[in-house]
Amino acid sequence: MDERVHLNFERPIIELEKKISDMKDFSVGEDIELSGEIASMEKKLAKLRQEIYSSLTRWQKVQLSRHPRRPYTLDYIRMMSQGFIELHGDRCFADDKALVGGFAYIDGQPVMFVGQQKGRDTKEKLFRNFGMAHPEGYRKALRLFQLAEKYDIPIVVLVDTPGAFPGIGAEERGQAEAIARNIREMSRIRVPIVIVIIGEGASGGALGIGVGDRVLMMEYAWYSVISPEGCAAILWRDAAKAPDAAEALKPTSDDLVALGIIDEVIKEPSSGAHNDPTVAANTVKQRIVETLRELMSKPIDDLLRERIEKYRHMGEFEE
Amino acid sequence: MTWFRKDKSGLARQEKKDIPEGLWTKCQSCGEVVYSRKMEELLWVCPNCDFHFRISSQKYIDLLLDDGALEQFDTTISSKDPLKFKDSKRYPDRIKQAQQKTGKVEGVTSGLGTIDGIPVSFAIMNFEFIGGSMGSVVGEKVARAIDRSIEREIPLVIVSCSGGARMQEGILSLMQMAKTSALLAILAEKKIPYISILTNPTTAGVMASYASLGDVILAEPKALLGFAGPRVIQQTIGEDLPEGFQSSEFFLEKGFVDRIVHRKELRDTVSRLLKFMWRR
Ligand SMILES: [Zn+2]
Repeated sequence: MDERVHLNFERPIIELEKKISDMKDFSVGEDIELSGEIASMEKKLAKLRQEIYSSLTRWQKVQLSRHPRRPYTLDYIRMMSQGFIELHGDRCFADDKALVGGFAYIDGQPVMFVGQQKGRDTKEKLFRNFGMAHPEGYRKALRLFQLAEKYDIPIVVLVDTPGAFPGIGAEERGQAEAIARNIREMSRIRVPIVIVIIGEGASGGALGIGVGDRVLMMEYAWYSVISPEGCAAILWRDAAKAPDAAEALKPTSDDLVALGIIDEVIKEPSSGAHNDPTVAANTVKQRIVETLRELMSKPIDDLLRERIEKYRHMGEFEE
Repeated sequence: MTWFRKDKSGLARQEKKDIPEGLWTKCQSCGEVVYSRKMEELLWVCPNCDFHFRISSQKYIDLLLDDGALEQFDTTISSKDPLKFKDSKRYPDRIKQAQQKTGKVEGVTSGLGTIDGIPVSFAIMNFEFIGGSMGSVVGEKVARAIDRSIEREIPLVIVSCSGGARMQEGILSLMQMAKTSALLAILAEKKIPYISILTNPTTAGVMASYASLGDVILAEPKALLGFAGPRVIQQTIGEDLPEGFQSSEFFLEKGFVDRIVHRKELRDTVSRLLKFMWRR
């Protein structure tokens, strides 16, 4: 087995997997009966996985959301849908490669996909600007939302961003305005909108395409007002305190269900979506299809009223 | 004030003796020293360089509303600690401290008033309260201010001053951007005017929600505006930022602000605009 890219806490699992795989190779070549031993090691592996993944800290979950082998937006679109036809550009300034979108069929149903796109190797990461969109990305997203609305096609958004890009051009072209406008317009788009947080949901950069009727979230995704690193740099004055900030921010899928912010957690394959992208994509697809079916059975005016109500009630205070 | 420049030691002596503290104010921008009572008359704008000092929300209420009269609403809404958040301080302690420091319950003051006889739903942020940050309470009070505009069919005026969403309430703070912006969509559909006034600073979560969604967006001179903070941008791109970057003047030039308005003309400008957009 290849030495795969992995996180520190995954190491014992990777090592045991390698041992088992070596033993399998050996038993085939040497005609030696090792099946009993292999079976017991596989049992041990399952137990180890269970132990490690049932006691992950919030910071470890944040790390999983950024796992270099984790499926990205276009991977999910490829695995979940047919006939994807990508559409480019905001009709104002440029085509933002950090944010993709287009028509596709999911289980035969036409949908409009929109999502941030990260890159896997260095070249692709730069090409995708690390999944950090500029205003033109948010404006492209809005154009596609409105196109979907025009032809009565439901919208599926896949959120995966470390944030909207903080740069000179982004400010010059109105990053804040683009995000604000999207948030306002998405609350009134007259087709069902399903949001799935598949990896990182950082702040306004995520919310800028993240307003909808249902918000689903992958088990090992995070979603908050700021990244743990950003929060640590400001409140702890030390970005290395990110693990503490991750605990404090409560940004995991379980936290967000408890806080009443998301509708549902999508379970990932044991030890994360990156260890079985096909199964992960199938699960996400099923949840999207069922959620869309439910939303599409409602009159759109009811849906819009409920959409506003849902956000109207978010927040905790006393008076 | 020339005598003063000539004789600094004299002033120091005098100060000790019989000048109460705060009688003189030094401009943070150009260093000019002005008699504080004069500054009050000048609405805290430096007579030498036009620098707009940050003023309290009460001063804006006096400045903008007829007779300085605001019928306050939602005065008792206060923060909870949904995340049990703790950094160097517990969040409830931070709130308590801000309340003691400012004499206010939270980061925004809101209610009903009139501007030149035109009824308005009014909200003003208080930067002294944890950087004017937006948590559940600020979001809810702004949302209710929008609700009041919708229910009474009266214009909305919001004066923003905020570093953005409040970290100590995590995702709940982020959702206030959605809550307020969604209601502004309804306000817009009903053709009820909304004037957004940006003061120094208005950035991040507030700028990326209601502050950017006015029918008309006015800004005070030389305010820091924008999505990302200058330091974050500098660190990200690894180079110095151009002079005047992210100022009101910069965003006027780039097309994201309608007008830069001197404080002494703010009330008149708002009144003139409302007369075009709201005729009942
Ligand atoms: Zn000055």
